[in-house]
Amino acid sequence: MDEPLVRWDWIARNAGTIGGLLGDHMVMSLVPVVVALLVAVPLGLLCSRWRWLYQPTVGVTNVVYSLPSLAVFSLLIPITGLAEPGTVIVPLTFYSLAVLLPSVVDGLAAVPESVRQSATAMGFGPLRRLVQVELPIAVPVVLAGTRVAAVSSISLVSIGSLIGRGGLGYLFIDGWQRTFPTPIVVGIVLTVLLAVLADGVIIFAQRVLTPWSRARSAA
Amino acid sequence: MITFEQVTKRYADGTVAVSDLSLEAPTGRITVFVGPSGCGKTTSLRMINRMIDASSGRILIDDRDVRGVDPAELRRGIGYVIQQAGLFPHRRVLDNIATVPYLLGWDKRRARDRAAELMELVGLDAGLASRYPFQLSGGQQQRVGVARALAADPPILLMDEPFSAVDPVVRASLQDELLRLQEELHKTIVFVTHDIDEAIKLGDSIAVLRVGGRLAQLASPAELLARPADDFVAGFLGRDRGIRSLSFVPARSVRLRPVTTVSLSADVDEARRTARDAGEDWLLAVGDDGTPRGWVSPLDLPRAGTLAETPLLAFGSYDRDADSLRAALDAALLSPTGHAVALDGDGAIAGVATQRALSEALAEAAALTAPPPRPVSPGLRPDASGAHRDGEHAGGVREAPPGSMGDGREASRG
Amino acid sequence: MTWFWEFVSDPANWSGPSGIPARLLEHLTYSGVSLLLAAAIALPLGLLIGHTGRGGIVALVAANAARALPTLGLLVLVILLIGYGVAPVLIPLVVLAIPPILVNTYAGLRGVDADLRDAARGMGLRGPQVLFRVSIPVALPLILLGLRLAAIQVVSTATVAAFVGLGGLGRFIVDGLATKQYPSTAGGAVLVALLALLVQGIFTVLQRVIVSPGVSGRVPVGKAG
Repeated sequence: MDEPLVRWDWIARNAGTIGGLLGDHMVMSLVPVVVALLVAVPLGLLCSRWRWLYQPTVGVTNVVYSLPSLAVFSLLIPITGLAEPGTVIVPLTFYSLAVLLPSVVDGLAAVPESVRQSATAMGFGPLRRLVQVELPIAVPVVLAGTRVAAVSSISLVSIGSLIGRGGLGYLFIDGWQRTFPTPIVVGIVLTVLLAVLADGVIIFAQRVLTPWSRARSAA
Repeated sequence: MITFEQVTKRYADGTVAVSDLSLEAPTGRITVFVGPSGCGKTTSLRMINRMIDASSGRILIDDRDVRGVDPAELRRGIGYVIQQAGLFPHRRVLDNIATVPYLLGWDKRRARDRAAELMELVGLDAGLASRYPFQLSGGQQQRVGVARALAADPPILLMDEPFSAVDPVVRASLQDELLRLQEELHKTIVFVTHDIDEAIKLGDSIAVLRVGGRLAQLASPAELLARPADDFVAGFLGRDRGIRSLSFVPARSVRLRPVTTVSLSADVDEARRTARDAGEDWLLAVGDDGTPRGWVSPLDLPRAGTLAETPLLAFGSYDRDADSLRAALDAALLSPTGHAVALDGDGAIAGVATQRALSEALAEAAALTAPPPRPVSPGLRPDASGAHRDGEHAGGVREAPPGSMGDGREASRG
Repeated sequence: MTWFWEFVSDPANWSGPSGIPARLLEHLTYSGVSLLLAAAIALPLGLLIGHTGRGGIVALVAANAARALPTLGLLVLVILLIGYGVAPVLIPLVVLAIPPILVNTYAGLRGVDADLRDAARGMGLRGPQVLFRVSIPVALPLILLGLRLAAIQVVSTATVAAFVGLGGLGRFIVDGLATKQYPSTAGGAVLVALLALLVQGIFTVLQRVIVSPGVSGRVPVGKAG
């Protein structure tokens, strides 16, 4: 192949388009993680309050997790529409939920019984104890799960390009169809950078939120 | 025999865990390493089976340097018991015990037969054989740990705080069990603990280590209690050293006097008559089998009836031959008469130890257990410490086994 | 679902090189070979770093970065660079499968109680014996979890092979999208989903069979008195 791996002039000329795709990619990958987190925390609380809920809930999310993304994107087209962000966001939300729910439950389970009891003994009501004692202690485990969810979500969005909406994934299709590697390389590099950035932000958030515990290394 | 010759362990960061340690752990005896955390006792133990290698000095097992033996081979010939038992969670109890026999290439049948034999030896129900470790209580797990260490019948047993994770009642029974096993097996045992009472109960000799891994004192339990080498050892031994050291003075030396007994089936008039004839303030009521049941004061007897219908006063008894002076003293404190009932080996009454006889014995013992200032009579000490050793070797001068006081408590309840 | 029945009830979809059996076989081949290759790389590596405790951080950082690599992008790039064929499809799938196997194998071994390994060594087990007789059986649930996650991701993602003109069940999805034949897309999607669920089921059974009840805490009824 005579074509160089990266043609900088192409990047310069298409910077605007690339920026737009990057923004689109961020929205489609991170909205699911945020939504999943908002759902997983109350759901996880319910599951740790009523343990019998946990196994069935995890069973369902596990099944959802094992569904191939391309298959789910395709199946959703009649409902959410071709090339619509929702077609990508909805399944990714469920994937993130499948990762986050066990993290929330495990995190809450990691609260030592002695801490729970001494909080009760000092007069914390159930809700207050939950918000002021148990959730903060569960934060490191929950955020470790969030890191995995964010990275895989960012990586999966590009599959959406096969149904017409894949953020940076569009660059892969473009490069493939024109036998032109530059957009592909740009897409891969930006996806990885985005993942690393998101990961870093979460680690930073954890340091700020839980100054008493050191950031956990890789989950 | 395990010999430490000027053994030092220095880590890469410069901390010294064990410093110039020289001592001997005699064959067939229990040697206890005891000391506060950071004193290098576990490190010292682990250097014996080369879990850790010494920085300098030598460790010899029967005059053979352990450094000359392949570590895995060496360890297969040394039993090893640790705190949480370290049982393999994925293997059933029987296979856990058979681990070393399997490693040594025994066939499965023989290894399992041996494991079953050991379960019985350490007091585990055969029905537990097919359980997994998580299905056992802490005490049972620890017994499996001991059985596993004994499986290939190694001459040496290393025990690293094996009983510290179980509750005090279970711990006491595991300790008794270990002493019972040791009477049968005569292993060379090195036992690490931070609990001085455990050390005194189990050890034939005790090495007290101070922080930084320096040997503060190596002595028999009696010697240690009687003559701690310095303030550190004395502080580590704690309070009541005098009383505790009586555990190592045989009760045999206590002078006994005969006691007037009366049968439980006698009526109160006969009891009064017996007391008057003998000129005694107290009578010891005995059952048909001649065993003591309680004290009777003729003054407190009801008008009529037999002694069996009368409430008796509590008594305490001790085994004249096997028990210590501490047990005799305890027995005296348990009865309102102040007399301790001495029994012979068969449980028959040998006589009673009066308070006077006990205080004479205490005075003699005090001469032996006196603190450092030079003995008044130089001839006394060698004799006395010789007597200690003989006593220990006879194996009888330990604290009273649990249950020997049972009669007294039973009687006081009745 | 009606589309799915329309798809599977069409006899034309059941024969020839573009029938369901042939596509399924292709799909299983891509997935199986990728998984085997990934396991052949990640298992020994994970065991090595987990057992020795050396190089763990580097391996974990690399594995996490690899997770972020978009499979589709990697696939088209590899084909543009080294040409068309089955091997280029395998590369991104192997890259996809390595991180979960590596990370979970490592985590499983690191999670083995230090006292347990100490006891094993103290009884005279040599390094490899400690690894194979104690550490691996105890870490097996996590090792299997890693393999399961990898297998599911590979089976799901092998569909993208169709995009670059190769076979597998992804063909039905991609061709259906291209020709606006929705039953084909739906049929392919459901087949892949079923395959992924089957893989999940196989691993669940495998877990029950090969993980010791003493580790999983599940004890066969009537066997433990």
